[in-house]
Amino acid sequence: MPVDISLNVNGKAVSAQVEDRTLLVELLRENLRLTGTHVGCDTSQCGACVVHVDGRSVKACTMLARQAQGAAVTTIEGLAEDGKLHPMQEAFRENHGLQCGFCTPGMVMSALDLVARNPDPSGAEVREWLEGNLCRCTGYHNIVKSILAGANAMRGGS
Amino acid sequence: MAENGIGAAVPRTEDHRFLTGTGDYTDDTNLPHQTYAAFVRSTHPHATFTLDTSAAAAAPGVVAVLTGADFAADGKGSLICGWAVTGKDGEPHKAPPHPVLAADTVRHVGDAMAIVVAESARAARDAAEQVEVDYSPLPAVASMREALADGAPQIHAEAPGNLCYDWEIGDRAATDEAFARAHHVTRLDLVNNRLIPNAMEPRAAIGDYNPASGNYTLRLTSQNPHVHRLVLAAFVQIAPEHKLHVIAPDVGGGFGSKIFIYQEETAVLWAAGRIGRPVKWTADRSESFVADAHGRDHESHVELALDADGRFLGLRVSTLANMGAYLSTFASCVPSYLYGTLMQGQYTTGAIYCEVKAVFTNTTPVDALRGAGRPEATYVVERIVDRAAHETGIDPAELRRRNFIPSDAFPYPTQVALEYDSGNYALALDRALELADYAGFDARRAEAGARGKLRGIGLSAYIEACGIAPSQVVGSLGAGVGLWESGGIRFNPTGNVLVYTGSHSHGQGHETTFAQLVSDYLGVPFENVEVVHGDTEKTPFGMGTYGSRSLAVGGSALVKAMDKVIAKGRKIAAFSLEASEEDVEFSGGDFTVAGTDKRMNIAEVAFSAYVPHNYPLDELEPGLEETGFYDPANFTFPAGTHVCEVEVDPETGVTEIVNWVAVDDFGNVINPMIVEGQVHGGVAHGIGQALLEGCTYDAGGQLLTGSFMDYTMPRADDLPDMTVDTTCTPCPHNPLGVKGCGEAGAIAAPAAVMNAVTHALGTSAIDMPATPQAVWRALGSQSQARA
Amino acid sequence: MYAFNYHRPETLEAASAALAAAADGQVLAGGQTLIPTLKQRLANPSDVIDLGGIAGLGGVRREGDAIVVGAMTRHAEVASSAEVRNAIPALAALADCIGDPQVRNAGTIGGSIANADPAADYPAAVVGLGATVRTGRRTIAGDDFFTGLFETALEEGEIVLSVSFPVPRRAAYAKFPNPASRYAVVGVMVAETASGVRVAVTGAGGHAFRVGAMESALGASFTPEAIRDVAVSPDGLNEDIHASAEYRAHLVGVMARRAVAAAAGG
Repeated sequence: MPVDISLNVNGKAVSAQVEDRTLLVELLRENLRLTGTHVGCDTSQCGACVVHVDGRSVKACTMLARQAQGAAVTTIEGLAEDGKLHPMQEAFRENHGLQCGFCTPGMVMSALDLVARNPDPSGAEVREWLEGNLCRCTGYHNIVKSILAGANAMRGGS
Repeated sequence: MAENGIGAAVPRTEDHRFLTGTGDYTDDTNLPHQTYAAFVRSTHPHATFTLDTSAAAAAPGVVAVLTGADFAADGKGSLICGWAVTGKDGEPHKAPPHPVLAADTVRHVGDAMAIVVAESARAARDAAEQVEVDYSPLPAVASMREALADGAPQIHAEAPGNLCYDWEIGDRAATDEAFARAHHVTRLDLVNNRLIPNAMEPRAAIGDYNPASGNYTLRLTSQNPHVHRLVLAAFVQIAPEHKLHVIAPDVGGGFGSKIFIYQEETAVLWAAGRIGRPVKWTADRSESFVADAHGRDHESHVELALDADGRFLGLRVSTLANMGAYLSTFASCVPSYLYGTLMQGQYTTGAIYCEVKAVFTNTTPVDALRGAGRPEATYVVERIVDRAAHETGIDPAELRRRNFIPSDAFPYPTQVALEYDSGNYALALDRALELADYAGFDARRAEAGARGKLRGIGLSAYIEACGIAPSQVVGSLGAGVGLWESGGIRFNPTGNVLVYTGSHSHGQGHETTFAQLVSDYLGVPFENVEVVHGDTEKTPFGMGTYGSRSLAVGGSALVKAMDKVIAKGRKIAAFSLEASEEDVEFSGGDFTVAGTDKRMNIAEVAFSAYVPHNYPLDELEPGLEETGFYDPANFTFPAGTHVCEVEVDPETGVTEIVNWVAVDDFGNVINPMIVEGQVHGGVAHGIGQALLEGCTYDAGGQLLTGSFMDYTMPRADDLPDMTVDTTCTPCPHNPLGVKGCGEAGAIAAPAAVMNAVTHALGTSAIDMPATPQAVWRALGSQSQARA
Repeated sequence: MYAFNYHRPETLEAASAALAAAADGQVLAGGQTLIPTLKQRLANPSDVIDLGGIAGLGGVRREGDAIVVGAMTRHAEVASSAEVRNAIPALAALADCIGDPQVRNAGTIGGSIANADPAADYPAAVVGLGATVRTGRRTIAGDDFFTGLFETALEEGEIVLSVSFPVPRRAAYAKFPNPASRYAVVGVMVAETASGVRVAVTGAGGHAFRVGAMESALGASFTPEAIRDVAVSPDGLNEDIHASAEYRAHLVGVMARRAVAAAAGG
C-alpha cells in the first residue's frame, strides 16, 4: 500500500507516495526525478548515491524512503546557486576530478561532509575518507586534488 | 598556443552537467507507458532446463513473460562474434551459437533464460522469481586445463574438446634455432588474472517500438551505437538498419564492457516490439558481475633466450586463453591479434613464436577490457625481461636499454606482423628513471629495511598497438568489419559549428578535445563548437570508441572533413572576394587573398553559403557541411616506461605502492589535462589487476567474487599519487600526429607492480593479484625453502 | 526487496508490541546490514520495525567507571565523542574504522551487535573490554553475548538498549580489513582492565572469542614480545577466498602484537 511521506529536499518541501520498501534513492530518482543521485551497486559500497540527510552524508540506497519522513535531504542538484557552481563542484571541474561523471555526485557530496568535519584535510585523510566512494575512471588522483582545492576554496583560499 | 586550442589544458565542457546532476544516463530516462524488464538467469553453470512461466505470467503487474522458445518462434538470430580467427590447421575458430535467451541449455551462471516484463521494476523482479526452472544439471568445468583434458564435460557440440582455436604467430623454426644457440634461457609461468570490468554505471537499455512507423529505438549504454545497430539488424534481425535508431547518451564508463552486443539489450528491444510498449532494463551490480563480459584470464609459459651479452635472441610463448561459455562480440581477436602481435615489445628480439589455445569453459564470456590483449602481452614480455635481468645479474634498466629498438630504426618491422611507426624508447626510460630517482633506490631500500619493510622497484617498458583501425590490416586478420572512423562538420548560418563523430565519449572528454581540435583548425571560437555523438540518426555511420582510437582515427576523420570545408570555403571566398581560388589562403579562421588586404572570416563564408543569392549555382553549391571518413595506413604505437616502487609488510603481506612514475609517448597531445587523467585511470586499473582484483570461480563454475564485498575494486587509499610525464615522437601517418592514451596505464602497470613486488620479495613465485595472503604465502614458502 | 510492512513506533513498548504481533518481524536500527540484505532478497520479513523514532536510545554518557553507549548511537558519534575519546580511545578508534564514513553516519552499535556478523568490529570491543549489554529485559555479560555465527544470547523480541564499557587502564584495537568489503579479516582488541588483561578477536572465528594464552602472557608482561611465541591454532577458524584459516591464525598474532604495542605506547 503506498503511503504519503513528506520531507524537505534541496530546501523545498516535497511529498510523495511510496511503498514501504521504497528506498530513499528510488524516491529521489523515480518520484522526484532528481536523477543526479546514481545507483552503482546493490551492496552499499560504491557511494554513487551519497546524499546528505539532516547534514550527514549517507547512502541513499541504504535507507528506506520512509526513514526520511520529515528529514532535510540535500542532493547534488541542490548545491549550485543561481547557476553558479559550488566551490567544491568548481574544484572538480578545474582539476579534472571527473571523467564519465557517474560517481561524481556521490564524490562531491561525500567530500562536502568531510570538509564540514575537517576543513583542512591532508591528501591521506581525503583518501581514507573516500573509502565508501568507488571510481573506475580517474584513479582518484585528480579527485583527491579536487577535494583539497575545494576545501581550500571553501576556507576562503584562492 | 590558442587559449582553448591544441595543447591547452581546457577544463571540460561536459563537466557542468555531470557536476550538477543533470547528465543524461540511460537509466535517467523514462518513456511514456514504459514497462520494466527482469531476467530469469541460470543459477547453474551447466544444465539443461525446462521453464514453467504460468505463475509468473499471472503475477500482479506482469505484461509478458518471454522465453527462448518465443524468440526462436519469431525467427530471430543469435549473437555473433565479429572476428574469425584462423587456427594453425587453417580452419576458422569454433563459434557456437550464442542464444539471446537460452532455450534448453544454460552454460554459465547468469545465462539468461527468460525476460519478464511488468508495470514496475519491483513487479518484474517479483514475478521473475516465480518462473519455475526445472534444471537437469550437467557436469561443468571452469578451469581451462580441465576443460582441455580428456573426458572433460563438452560445452558445445560445435567445439570438440572445448577448443575454440589453436592459433600461432611468428616463426617457430627460427625461434627454436635462436634457443639452440642461447647462452642463457629464462623461463616463467604466468597467470594473467580474470577481471570483472565494473564500469561504475551498470549496463541499461530501453527498447521502444512505434507500431505506426514500424520503427524501433534502442537507448542504451554503448560505446558504439552504430555497431550495435548493425549487429542487431543484420545478424539478430530484430529490425532492418533503417528502421532501428540507436542512442547511446551519457555513458558512465565502458572500458570495453559496453562495446559488446549482449543478451539483455537484444531481448529488451525484441520484447518492446512484441508488446508494443517501451521496455526498460537496468542491471543490478550483481547482474553485472555475471552478465558483463569479463577480461584477461590467460595462463602462459614463457621462455626468453639471451646471448652472452644479454641480447634477446628469441621469445617463445605458449598461452591458454579463456573464452568463457560463448564467444562474445570481439572475443576471439583479443588473445590472438591484439596479443601475439605485441610480443616484440620495445626490443630487437630476433625470433618470436607465440601460440594460443582459446578454450571454452562454463564461465561468463570473456572479451576486450581496457587494453585487451596488449596488457597480457606486455605482462609476458616485461615480466620475463625482468626475470632475465635478475638471473643474469644485469640491471633491469640496462638490460632493457641494451635491447631497445634504436630510435633511428623506424619504421621497424616486427617478427609478429606489425610495423612500428615511430618511437624513442630510451628517452622515455631515461626520463622515468630520473623522475623515479632510480639511482637512489638502494638507499631507500636500506632505510625501509631498518623499519622492517621490504622495498622493491619495478619497470615496465610497454608498447601497444592503438588507433585500432587499418581496415586492410584487420580485414586480412579476420575482422568482419572495417575499422575506419567518420567525422562531420556542419557550419550553421550564424557561423557556429556542429561536429559529428562516430566516436563515442563515455568519460574521455571528446566534447572538449574534439572542440579544441576544430576550434584550432578552423579558427572558430571554442564556445561556438558543439560535439554531437552517440546517435545513429545524427552522426554518420561510425565504429565507436575502444582501442585508444577516438582521436587518432576519429579526430583524423574530422581533419578530413575540415579540409573539405576549407576547400569549399576557399571557393566561396574566391567568388565573394572576386579572386582566383589559387590565390585564396586560409589561416586562423580567415580566408585572405594573397597580396591584397581582402579578407573573409569563415563565419562570413558560412553565412554566405546559406544565403547564396548570387551564387553561380552550376559551379558552387550552397551550404557548408562536409563529412570525412578516415582509415589509417597503420596502427599507432604509444609506448613508454612506468616505474613502480613498493613496500611490503612481511608480517601481514600488505603491499603499499609508495611511488609511481609514468613517462608515455602519445605523440602530439591536444589536451594534456585529459591525457594525464587517462593515464591515472589506466594505471589504477593496472594496479587493481596486480594487487587487488581477481575474479574467482570454484571448480564447479560458481562465481565466488560476485559483488564488491568479495571482488576488490581499487579505492582511493589503495592508490598512490602519480607522477606523469610525456615524451613525443609524433605519429607519422595520421594528420594530427597523435597515438592514443586511454589504455596505456592499464597496459603498463601490472608488470611494473609485479616486477616491484617480486623484487621486494626476492621471488618470482607469485601471481596476480598479489593480495596480502598471496604475498604472505610467497614469503612463507621462501623461508621454508631457505630452512 | 520483497514487500513488508514498515512500522515506526515512538516507544519501546510499541516496538515490542509490533514485533510480537508480526508474523516474522525484523528490527531496523541503522539499516546498514539489514537493508542490503533485504535488497538482495536474502531475507523476507513480514514487518520491519524501525527504532529510529524512539527517543532516548541514542547518545553516549559516563556512568561511574563505565562509558554507556545507547543502542541507536551511530558509529560516527562514538568515533567523535569527546567522552569516548578521553575515556576509551580504543573504542573511538574502533568505531572510526567500521565500514566507511557513510556507513558510520547511519550504522548503530545496537544494530551491529544484534546482527553479530562474525567480521564486524564492535564484537571485539564488547568482548575485549568486558562490556555489559542492557536489553529491555535484562543485562548480558559481553562474554556471553555472542553465541555463534550471526547468533546472540538475545531472545525472540528482545531489544538492545545500551552497551556499557568499563573504562580500561589501557587498550587498543588493531584491524586487518578485508580488502574488498573492509570488514575485519582479523580484528583484535587488547585491554588491560582492573580484573586483568583481555584479548578479544573478531573476524577469525564464528563469533568474537578471547585468547586465554595471550591474556595470561600479557598479564605477566604487557609487551608485544610476551605473546610472540603464543601460537593461535587455525583449527575452526574462518576460511574464505581472502584468507585461509592459517593466514587468519597468523594475523591474530600480528594484530594482537600491534594492539599491545599501541596500547602500551599510548
